[in-house]
Amino acid sequence: MINIILIAVMVLGAIGLIAAVILYVASKKFAVYEDPRIAQVSELLPGANCGGCGFPGCAGMADALVKGADKGNIDNMFCPVGGTDIMGKVADLLGLAIANSEPMVAVVRCHGTCEHRAHVVDYAGLRTCTAMHACGAGETACGYGCLGCGDCVAACQFGAIKINPETGIPEVDEKKCTSCSACVKACPRGIIELRKKGPKGRRVFVSCVNKDKGAVSMKACKVSCIGCGKCEKECPFGAITVRDQLSYIDFNKCRLCRKCVTVCPTHAITTVNFPAPKPQTENLVKSETNTEKEDQV
Amino acid sequence: MTIRTFSIGGIHPAENKLTNDAVTKVASLPKQAIFPLSQHIGAPAKPVVQKGDKVKVGTLIAEAGGFVSAPIHSSVSGTVYKIDTAIDATGYRKPVIIINVEGDEWEESIDRSDVLETVENHPELTSEKIIEMIKTAGVTGMGGAGFPTFIKLMPPPTAKAECVIINAVECEPYITADYRLMMEKADEILVGLELLMIAAKVTKGYIGIETNKPAAIKLLTQKVNQKFNVQSSKYDVEVVPLKQRYPQGGEKQLVDAVIHRQVPAPPAIPVNVGAIVQNVGTSYAVYEAVMKHKPLVERYTTVTGKRLRNPGNYLVRMGTPMKDLIDTCGGMPDGENKLLAGGPMMGKALTSIEVPVCKGTNSVTILSGEDARRKEPQACIRCAKCVGACPMGLEPYLLAKLSELKNWERSEREDIVSCIECGSCQFTCPAHRPLLDHIRLGKSTVMGIIRSRAAQK
Repeated sequence: MINIILIAVMVLGAIGLIAAVILYVASKKFAVYEDPRIAQVSELLPGANCGGCGFPGCAGMADALVKGADKGNIDNMFCPVGGTDIMGKVADLLGLAIANSEPMVAVVRCHGTCEHRAHVVDYAGLRTCTAMHACGAGETACGYGCLGCGDCVAACQFGAIKINPETGIPEVDEKKCTSCSACVKACPRGIIELRKKGPKGRRVFVSCVNKDKGAVSMKACKVSCIGCGKCEKECPFGAITVRDQLSYIDFNKCRLCRKCVTVCPTHAITTVNFPAPKPQTENLVKSETNTEKEDQV
Repeated sequence: MTIRTFSIGGIHPAENKLTNDAVTKVASLPKQAIFPLSQHIGAPAKPVVQKGDKVKVGTLIAEAGGFVSAPIHSSVSGTVYKIDTAIDATGYRKPVIIINVEGDEWEESIDRSDVLETVENHPELTSEKIIEMIKTAGVTGMGGAGFPTFIKLMPPPTAKAECVIINAVECEPYITADYRLMMEKADEILVGLELLMIAAKVTKGYIGIETNKPAAIKLLTQKVNQKFNVQSSKYDVEVVPLKQRYPQGGEKQLVDAVIHRQVPAPPAIPVNVGAIVQNVGTSYAVYEAVMKHKPLVERYTTVTGKRLRNPGNYLVRMGTPMKDLIDTCGGMPDGENKLLAGGPMMGKALTSIEVPVCKGTNSVTILSGEDARRKEPQACIRCAKCVGACPMGLEPYLLAKLSELKNWERSEREDIVSCIECGSCQFTCPAHRPLLDHIRLGKSTVMGIIRSRAAQK
């Protein structure tokens, strides 16, 4: 009886020993060296796997960062979710310095809400922006503006973009937006753009992408850019260019003086996060009421 | 003998051919004609006129913008008002030439008489010459897709044409323009077919007509017997009655139905199995281009709709705004309407009634809002009706889902690019699912991926 137990123990022990030796040899012979820094960098990255950096997930980015560090340069890589904060930590870990890149935010460049943009046809097909875009201009006469079906909302992994049911246009929650640019890619009309967040979140931008001639775009939407060029002339910093009947403000040159906002005849230039205008001179109020009256006449 | 048809799938939508017996009338000249520069598949045409130029009917106003492209001729006489943008059938503003109409003066080179010219009287016509004349006349496929006709007649070196098939199927509901053309211009169509056969260097021709047009089958059979099926003729032409089934007018389905050959998946085209398919309207346009030196400036178009007061068939100058045609037919019906360029199955819904009639506009169809409204989609019940209906042997439910999930690799493997967008799947779906909407998006995305991959190589 004891013999049987002994034999069993010995046989199993021998098998275990042989297997251990094979495993040991294999692990030495076929060892894959992984830079320990990859794991460390991975740890630092936010782990959202959003792809905003252009790499397949955070592990891919970590790998690229370490490889880049070996070449002495990680300037062309940036984690939009983690921002400068995380990138600074990563650079410290890799013994490099990074260019201080400014935080960005997604900006919806259309404010042709239902009240400004008349509904001209009914669309009965699949309710996604891509499908509607493929069928034509959409339910309004503007062939450039927001279609309002929320492809951007579906693309956002951070719940930072929502359609405002009153205006029918998406709005970005600055606190949640990580500037991963998923919405930028999802929008079939290229309406959403990543722009500098600006000091205290203050931004000035042309909230329109309509390239039609002024008369045509005005007919479609009352707050469209008509490409009149007044803003271009007014801008003291040369930040504004008008091309194809459409004005564009370069956020790297814009100094937020807001002179363009006052001259824009269609109120296509939008400002955000500026303090509310002081109840200014009576003249302004008067002139506004005057124009209103003229409109009515 | 059994009546032929294509071998897989297909549906039978209600015909609604309201205008079968409406003799074609000549539509009145528009006040202003609009010529989109992109009326065909391929590169847009390039304008060769400027604002203020005087033009006559038949004057070249835009030349071909590349190899796969077609020139555009003025269909009216008058002054070029401006070169601008206007909404076309795509729903977007696209470059157009707008001409203010003054009088009706034609280029002298165009023969406007009704005398029937025959090939026997024109021995100088060789294949090359005919193709050149078709090219300069700007003839494109008249059935809807608008592929430049001359390219179809010059098959790639790997393929050899064996026959010309005239597509006189007209399987789309409502449309009767081709039927009226056959009834009224049968002799011209047959000369056109002869010219196409000379151009393609073949002696075998077929004319495929669905059995819901018995008068056209009878008339054409009789004319064909007189013209081709005599001892002296070197051509062998056959009128093939086809069982009614949508989408028989699709090139690949027609080739299958008429000569029982299956065209492989793209990039293969019908000529790879020996067939050149041309619409019956194209055949007539070829006759006019070659024999009458008349560029493609007018076409047969059906203006139809159940609630339209006087639906009819019209000979329309290109560039006529649809509004003019609708007004001629009693104006837009009250209430909600859906305006289509083409028929209800494959027509393009329009967003403006100012869209002009183009080379491919075989019909202006007005559906009532009630008919056009879609029903609320429900969950797929896996009945596989769409699979049975698909004339390309695809699995629409699967393709739609793959496209929805953005799984482009699998979509490509499942052959999404073979879809001809006929809409049979969506028509037959008992759960009213938007199958074609998804598939169409997936198809265009996958085609983009394939193109960019080819460009990289």
